[in-house]
Amino acid sequence: MPEVSPAQVGTGPIAAPQMPDDGIVVVVKRDCPTCLLVTPALEQLAGGTEPLDVVVQDDLEPFTHLAGARMDTDLDLSWILDIDTVPTIMRRSGGVEVDRAAGWSRTQWERLTGTADLAPGLPEQRPGCGSLTQDPAVRSGLRVRHEGWRLAARRIQISALDDEMESLFERGFTDGLPVVPPTPVRVLRMLEGTTRAPAEVVAVVPPDLVECTVEKVAINAVMAGCKPEYLPVVLAALEAACTDDFNIHGLLATTWFAGPLIVVNGPIARAIGMNSGVNALGQGNRANATIGRALQLVVRNVGGGRPGGVDRATLGNPGKYTFCFAEDEVGSPWTSLATERGMAEGASAVTLFAAEGVRGMADQTSRTPESLARSFAACLASVTHPRTVIAFDAMLVVCPEHGRVFAEAGWDKARLHAELAELLLLDTDPLLAGVGGLDMGLDPKWAGHKLPKFRDGGLLITYAGGKAGMFSAIIGSWASGPIGSQPVTVEVRS
Amino acid sequence: MPDAGLTVLDPTGERSVAMRERLPRLDTLSGRRVALLDITKARGDVFLDQLEQHLVRRGALVTRYAKPTFTKPAPVDLRQEIAMQCEVVIEALAD
Repeated sequence: MPEVSPAQVGTGPIAAPQMPDDGIVVVVKRDCPTCLLVTPALEQLAGGTEPLDVVVQDDLEPFTHLAGARMDTDLDLSWILDIDTVPTIMRRSGGVEVDRAAGWSRTQWERLTGTADLAPGLPEQRPGCGSLTQDPAVRSGLRVRHEGWRLAARRIQISALDDEMESLFERGFTDGLPVVPPTPVRVLRMLEGTTRAPAEVVAVVPPDLVECTVEKVAINAVMAGCKPEYLPVVLAALEAACTDDFNIHGLLATTWFAGPLIVVNGPIARAIGMNSGVNALGQGNRANATIGRALQLVVRNVGGGRPGGVDRATLGNPGKYTFCFAEDEVGSPWTSLATERGMAEGASAVTLFAAEGVRGMADQTSRTPESLARSFAACLASVTHPRTVIAFDAMLVVCPEHGRVFAEAGWDKARLHAELAELLLLDTDPLLAGVGGLDMGLDPKWAGHKLPKFRDGGLLITYAGGKAGMFSAIIGSWASGPIGSQPVTVEVRS
Repeated sequence: MPDAGLTVLDPTGERSVAMRERLPRLDTLSGRRVALLDITKARGDVFLDQLEQHLVRRGALVTRYAKPTFTKPAPVDLRQEIAMQCEVVIEALAD
């Protein structure tokens, strides 16, 4: 197996080795019975008047007697010609390829070479073998050799004497858990998950306000453990996070608990196997786990936002490692969060939400929507503090067994929103500062009023979870509206 | 033996930080224009009111500014306004 030379950095594409402007080129390898079988045909063509190049991938020995035979050093020519199969025969004219056939087929070879009675002793046709460039062990190195120049990031050489995982910890690149080393070949593979160019700027990432390219996102996505097909979701999440409305800068800097939560809607959630069912907000699903983590790694590494630096959280919350789930649109009786927020039906989208931890909401008794809504309202009223109003947003994650109660009674999501808004229009008197010996509370000037717990649009309702359990979730937020963070929904593009 | 090792790509923003010299410290605040920047956290104004009184007693000329919200960096216009109009800025960071 040929050794592939290491990546050429920052030099641009490798130039194709010389080929005849006009004539026949055949790519073969010794380790292919069909290539050996067609030797008589190659001998016949070599004796003809047209120039013949026989490009050998592995071992020149069986072909040395052919005048035009040569080794494909580093497999550069095979890679550049995008050879899938050997033998592959090509006709070149005026410096460009004008015809090609893979494997051995007398009809095709005769047509392509304009030769009659080509190798009459051979069978009519034989399939070829895989090109060496398709060998997984070789392909990675080749990809880096030929495409590595597209990657602009600084190369960091980790000595063979060092443990690469430890080395990445020591450089401060991780969130406290091990990361996948972002080698050029892994990053190139990651970039196949998007049609966007590696150099395209996705967002300006706070707090250092760094222009973040698709490539930098891909590097951090590799580290987080993403598959390439998750990359579009990570890119959309970063776009949403870095808007002025979402304000990831303030969210990072605050002493409050919150961090970014990504809710994924649309076909991509199912396509990449996201979990919206049992344990949807928990561990165990690769897409859920790594998409949220990739966003946080971008903020850490590209934006420079680190705990103890600009991240000033008093306590933080475990969701700041990663917090991402898909809405169960198939099971939901309601319109999806993304549709509710203006996305077209069938579009894939992410909604970013400034989220503190998950708090449980148990009601195993209520069988009417009126009663269950009262349970929700009672628990929602305690978000942030029972005496805060119009301060922080919240997200309600309705579980299937609770959703069923509303669905069977014909309550759509708008109805639930309306009922909750009514129930959460709070009498201010019990909430005043000093009442009941509790100093925190509303300014006494608000006595005798009714004030809403949440600002208009400040309560988000989603649907997810396992089919058993009358346990929904409440996720508190952070300073809401234009002064803090507003949920932002962005379409996922390929 | 060559050290084969492992090549990885830098995941950071690869910033090169520009170093800037601090301006020399003022000898006196008397007659100098001092900006008091309120980030609009609760009771920041109370703190700055006190500070303003002390500064005025020392002969400083005080101008008050406020960020639209404490959760976001000061807008560029505000930063430029302060830089053009004042020689000193004091920011009330938190409640």
